[in-house]
Amino acid sequence: MLLSAIEKSYILLTTFDKNLYEIVFITLKITIFSIIIASCFSIPLAIAIDLMSSKSRRVLIAILNSLLAIPTVVIGLTVYMFISRSGPFGEYNLLFTPMAVVIGQIVLAIPIITTIILAGFTKTDRLLHETLITLGANKFDLMKALFHENKPLILSAILAGFGRVIAEVGISMMLGGNIRGYTRTITTAIAFETGKGEFAMGISLGIILILLAVLINFTVYLTFKNEYILRDA
Amino acid sequence: MRVNWVASKVLITLFLIILGSSLNNHILAAERLKLGTTTSTENSGLLNVLIPPFEKKTGIKVDVISVGTGKALKLGENGDVDVVLVHDRNSEYEFVLKEFGVNRKEVMYNDFILIGPKDDPAGIRRSKTISEAFQKIYNQKAPFISRGDDSGTYKKEMKIWRTTKIPRNTCYLKPQGSWYKDAGQSMETVIFMADNLNAYTLADRATYIALKKKIHLNIIYQKDSELRNPYGIIAVNPAIHKGINYQGAMSLINWITSKEGQQIIKSYKISGQQLFYPVAAH
Repeated sequence: MLLSAIEKSYILLTTFDKNLYEIVFITLKITIFSIIIASCFSIPLAIAIDLMSSKSRRVLIAILNSLLAIPTVVIGLTVYMFISRSGPFGEYNLLFTPMAVVIGQIVLAIPIITTIILAGFTKTDRLLHETLITLGANKFDLMKALFHENKPLILSAILAGFGRVIAEVGISMMLGGNIRGYTRTITTAIAFETGKGEFAMGISLGIILILLAVLINFTVYLTFKNEYILRDA
Repeated sequence: MRVNWVASKVLITLFLIILGSSLNNHILAAERLKLGTTTSTENSGLLNVLIPPFEKKTGIKVDVISVGTGKALKLGENGDVDVVLVHDRNSEYEFVLKEFGVNRKEVMYNDFILIGPKDDPAGIRRSKTISEAFQKIYNQKAPFISRGDDSGTYKKEMKIWRTTKIPRNTCYLKPQGSWYKDAGQSMETVIFMADNLNAYTLADRATYIALKKKIHLNIIYQKDSELRNPYGIIAVNPAIHKGINYQGAMSLINWITSKEGQQIIKSYKISGQQLFYPVAAH
């Protein structure tokens, strides 16, 4: 059974099976969109928190860290109650659409991206702030400087968020509803196909998920190879 | 460097707009109809032949959300789907009675079967009624997997247990014991669980036929009038929630109960076996 499933999955992958690649395409569309929006919130948030007094910074970091522990199904449930037609935002018709998944994934990704950026900031030189302030920089200049100094860090935080979000299943299943050709993503499809005993499709999608992770991580590595070397030295 | 930065900002914005609109154009371009239904209708492949001709004819895109009967009706009650196709008469009548749904129509039926290990360790193959078969399972403490959710199959199982003479806890109207496992999973998953644990389970015939080649379980008991499994379709009452696609729901109901729709149901077969029997009168 295992061998025949692997063989079938090889065929699905190499013949560019339409159903398979439709699922991959939908997944990428939803995930990239959520991650870009989440980054728009996370990056300024991380920078702002970093520039706060050390007490409030620690409190906010503790809050963000506890948010990391929230299971995706709880995020799914909470967003579900808000966007269901019987909930406060029911009139926008969001439940069981890709947008619903995007909302849930943004909630999931913001604490992840923010905490990773913040953890990296602690390694940057505190003297940079003081130097800039003595040179007459205001808060906004400081934020811009922090951003420009930490571009590789920020990008790797975004990609870590991407990896987490593309692999989650609770939010996509609950808010998207696993609708074929609309909200069926890689992970919900794997759960669905395994439930039906269609292991080949599940394996193929799993392989694509792994390949995507490898591709992303190597892109980051190659893009910032020089900067990493500089930092290590 | 500065030009580069501005250019990349513009590019990112453009990309976002294109991506966002491509996510949304599904919603804007076509009228969408949300159908809450049971896993048996989607996973058996019936909806894959029944829905596309409707979409082609009317231009309405149908979003199929397949869950158990209880959950599908709950989605209808909250207005999160526009139409439901389910299989538990009592809950359907209740749904209409409470005015969550309107225009209930009978669509088709198939039947439930009791499946279990080939060698039938509890010796129930020769039972005269399904009630007797369940009684034997209980007496022998033969492993049994229950859906344990709010699905139509689960409700049917509960109904059958109530016809047996087993003592029940007053709080839970279901058997207790380590031989009886509440799975809380879909029909497919429960069948695979039963297959792996050599257990008995109540299944709908359509799902069983669709999975037959992948499992070792056999039909142990079938064809009791008690085991008939009728499916009904109900439009969600547009008076309760804003934004219900009632027009779309009605055209889907009319399509499924039309001569053409019923013919598609009748001719749908898996490995030569008919899965559903149409009943809509015309």
